[in-house]
Amino acid sequence: MINFDYLRVTTPKAAVDAIVTNRNAQWIAGGTNLIDLMKKGVVEPQKLVDITNLPLKEIKKTSNKFSIGAMALNSDVADNELVQKEYPLLSLALKAGASQQLRNMATVGGNMMQRTRCPYFYNIDMPCNKRQPGSGCGALKGFNRMHAIFGASDKCIAVHPSDMCVALVTLDATVVVTGPKGERRIPFQDFHRLPGELPQKDNTLERGELITAVELPDQPFKKNVHYLKIRDRSSYAFALVSVAVAIDMQNGKMNQVRLGMGGVAHKPWRLKEAENFLTGKAPSEPVFREAAKLAMRGAKGYGHNNFKLKLGPNTIVEALIKATATS
Amino acid sequence: MRNDLFLDKNEPVPIDRVDGKAKVTGTATYSAEYKVQNMAYGVLVGSTIAKGRIRTIDIKAAEKAPGVLAVITYENAAKLPGYQAGKDPAKPQATGQPLRIFYDNEIFYYDQPIALVIADTFERVLSAARLVKAQYEKVAHETDLETNLEKAKRPTGPRFEDYKRGESDAYKSAAVKIEQQYYHPIEVHNPMEPGSIIATWESDDKLTVYTKTQGVESTQRSIGDAFKMPPENITVNAEHVGGAFGMALRTWPYEIAAVIGAKKIKRPLKLVLHREQMFTNVGHRPETIQKIGLGATADGKLVGLLHEATAETSAYEEFTEATVNISRFLYACPNVTTRYKLVHLNICTPIWMRGPGEATGSFALESAMDELAHELKLDPLDFRIRNHADSDPEKNLPWSSKFVKECYQLGADRIGWKDRKLAPRSRPEGDWLVGYGMGTGAFGAFRSAATIKAELAPDGKLILQCSVNDMGPGTATMMTTVAAKEMGLPVNKIKVEMGNTTLPPGPTQGGSTVTSSVGAAVYDTCVALKEQIAVLASKEGSPFHTAEVHVIKPEDIEFSESGISLKKDSGVKVSYADLLKQNGLASLELTKESKGSQQPYSMYSFSVHFVKLRVHPATGRIKIDHVVSCADAGTIVSQKTAESQMMGGAVGGLGMALMEDMVVDHRFGRPINNNFADYHVPVNADIPAVDVLFVNKKDPFTNPMGSKGLGEIALVGVAPAVANAVFNATGKRIRSLPITLDKLIET
Repeated sequence: MINFDYLRVTTPKAAVDAIVTNRNAQWIAGGTNLIDLMKKGVVEPQKLVDITNLPLKEIKKTSNKFSIGAMALNSDVADNELVQKEYPLLSLALKAGASQQLRNMATVGGNMMQRTRCPYFYNIDMPCNKRQPGSGCGALKGFNRMHAIFGASDKCIAVHPSDMCVALVTLDATVVVTGPKGERRIPFQDFHRLPGELPQKDNTLERGELITAVELPDQPFKKNVHYLKIRDRSSYAFALVSVAVAIDMQNGKMNQVRLGMGGVAHKPWRLKEAENFLTGKAPSEPVFREAAKLAMRGAKGYGHNNFKLKLGPNTIVEALIKATATS
Repeated sequence: MRNDLFLDKNEPVPIDRVDGKAKVTGTATYSAEYKVQNMAYGVLVGSTIAKGRIRTIDIKAAEKAPGVLAVITYENAAKLPGYQAGKDPAKPQATGQPLRIFYDNEIFYYDQPIALVIADTFERVLSAARLVKAQYEKVAHETDLETNLEKAKRPTGPRFEDYKRGESDAYKSAAVKIEQQYYHPIEVHNPMEPGSIIATWESDDKLTVYTKTQGVESTQRSIGDAFKMPPENITVNAEHVGGAFGMALRTWPYEIAAVIGAKKIKRPLKLVLHREQMFTNVGHRPETIQKIGLGATADGKLVGLLHEATAETSAYEEFTEATVNISRFLYACPNVTTRYKLVHLNICTPIWMRGPGEATGSFALESAMDELAHELKLDPLDFRIRNHADSDPEKNLPWSSKFVKECYQLGADRIGWKDRKLAPRSRPEGDWLVGYGMGTGAFGAFRSAATIKAELAPDGKLILQCSVNDMGPGTATMMTTVAAKEMGLPVNKIKVEMGNTTLPPGPTQGGSTVTSSVGAAVYDTCVALKEQIAVLASKEGSPFHTAEVHVIKPEDIEFSESGISLKKDSGVKVSYADLLKQNGLASLELTKESKGSQQPYSMYSFSVHFVKLRVHPATGRIKIDHVVSCADAGTIVSQKTAESQMMGGAVGGLGMALMEDMVVDHRFGRPINNNFADYHVPVNADIPAVDVLFVNKKDPFTNPMGSKGLGEIALVGVAPAVANAVFNATGKRIRSLPITLDKLIET
């Protein structure tokens, strides 16, 4: 870790200005990922701009939308009564992530901005196109147990590690950002990107754009939801595969279905084909298995992670069974 | 029958850990926490290659960084006199040339320290350390055990000759046989407290260190050897140790580096390893490939056993452990052959890790026993009872004590073994498959010398001193328990002073020996103290001295907090204050060395671990439902800490079975999961109820208390119990640790 300057800001405008005027400055919120990255020399900002005091912590419901401030803590969102009532899937996903101590520090915006946990990204003596473009992908022919089975490129097979983001993409959230050019809204599924030729770019934010809030539309998914996270130990482990399910049951049929997956791609993965297949059908294991098969189309293993090709569909089926078991 | 196997219910209530409050409230001081005036901070920079030479090392930028006091490399370091003589500063742990830090430009393993940066603050030294840049002349490294097996050779010395009893191939012609290979990855100790040292040169030839060690005297000798200093010029302190599991059994190069650094800057220097360095620079349980051939008669009598193991060691030392030895004595078997080989790789020298050798070996042997029991269609417990060794078949000696059958019975009752189905995959519960497994552990019951200084004050306070320290099992509590019982004193009247080379000599904490050694020394010291008290009580002028009775014996006396009284007549009594005053003494002091003697018995502690678990075949998830660990460890001296130690061992064993695996990317010779996020150990949510049961029968020969060691057997045998339970649940035999879910997923 190198020495750095530290600045605390209290308005989004000051936060944006501080970054735009200094290419070596970086925002810090909960720091649960950034501090590790700095300790390991993966990133070495010369200036940290602390945004935890920005007035962006509010969780509120208005007439047609639900808004969660970017600086709201993961634990506060998970435990929020409104969230638990209106968007129980989000609460479940948050509680499956990290540990209580980390959730007490981590913010919603920071969770979205966390970097991959690919070990080649974290060891600065290793090749990694995400950390050092052009140095090669260490994981492609290396140890890739945690890695992507969807949407990877030969430049990068890393996955996005968040649980919260899997719920947000499943729930059709929108990201509100403010930057030098003003405010804009990004559909959640367009926020993170696939690695392609530019694995160093995790998301579609422009330099100087600050996440201020996440918005959720009104939804019927209050009861038949489930977040199933398969991991190597019961807590404080990233997902090998996770599945988010939100279903609106009407008269014994699946009226609306939302399916998301984590631990499988460079971005939180949405399973629209499977959703369409399931919509209008009555829940049953054969139907779920068929949907899982559709969901796994195009999946590709890289060696150590081949087991995800079996684990993925089985996890989808189990999550669907659990989500529909409470009628 | 059963009740008398448990701890005697008439025993006094077991005492709490005497340093427990200090530890949980943060007032117990660990090595890195001592406040030393004018202290500087050091950070080690590691090699980025696994083999080769440093071509150039540029330290100019680091030297100019704010607050930097020194940057030490092989180019500017004072060559240690102990190194030049080629003496081993870490003897006797391993044969070979220990890594000589800052000695030359040779690189033997990834992250080998190449520079020590020292600055006035921790933040500044961290920042400066990033500025050291080395260029290397790379040489092809070898880190892969499997692809280097043809280089395996027997370690130096007669101890490692093949062991042979009867015929080697006997198992092959047995009525029922198995032949299998078992794999154990690199495991790292990684105690919570990282390696840490504060070194202070009081003068040119006087050194004080606070360091993480399991033996202050061994550290004192090692540093003395390296610097060619008389050991008595070196004071080593390590009162509290935040876990070690064997990692602190030798003095590592980082400790020598700190002492070199402190000398250079003429200031106290603190050096704490980063977590990553805990994976690469302070040893590990070696990766090991084992082969077992096992054969039995159709009615389940063992005919032959072959156990071969090949483990890795560093490029510069031969680290060995008793991986195959357990196969020589655990069961009655006429034909046994064991072989042990090493492969030199570009990795730090391994070091003993809890249940060293036996933990690895028992995974293979106890898995194989389960496999053969399955082939024989026998209950694995029954199969083991049929092959119970009534005496030690290796040494041809009777056991000093052995209550393994009692452990089988206790554990089987508690886990509900009767519910286990003989055929695997016979107990579905919903989407899950339930299974039961067991494994046996053993470890030598050793005793070494220890000296205790005791001082009894007029108010009945007893101070016990010994240089031994405590890496966690509760040494001070054990010592207090022994003394309280022998002297009739309440716990709060006893104070233990330990973990410092200025105190009377004690053993290193390792090999499950401390209770047997130091506990026995406390016992012997208390006996001697009581004899002295009896002598004082016999003197003229004492109320015990009468016209008829001139000699009082300790057994005639009731010892208590307030003083002594006559057993026959409690009215005859004297306080310690008066007794000492009558004899013109300020206190009663006594120093006594105590050690065991050679006995014509084979001495081992034994354990049997039972596991009930469930496997979810669709996702491979494993959930441990229940663990029962039973120990035959002689008399249990300190019940609470003994139970905790067994529980800790069971948790370690579950980690070994299910999670622990340091992965090396052989293309680079570098570990890729050298952090606690990626290298998994169990969390609370992974651990079910762990029941600990003790046979608690006195061993007549080990030591006066009749205890046998616990530390290792707490872990040895847990991993095979898990693997065997997985087989019983699923019908899948996993011979490669850890048993991660990808190995169990079914379509």
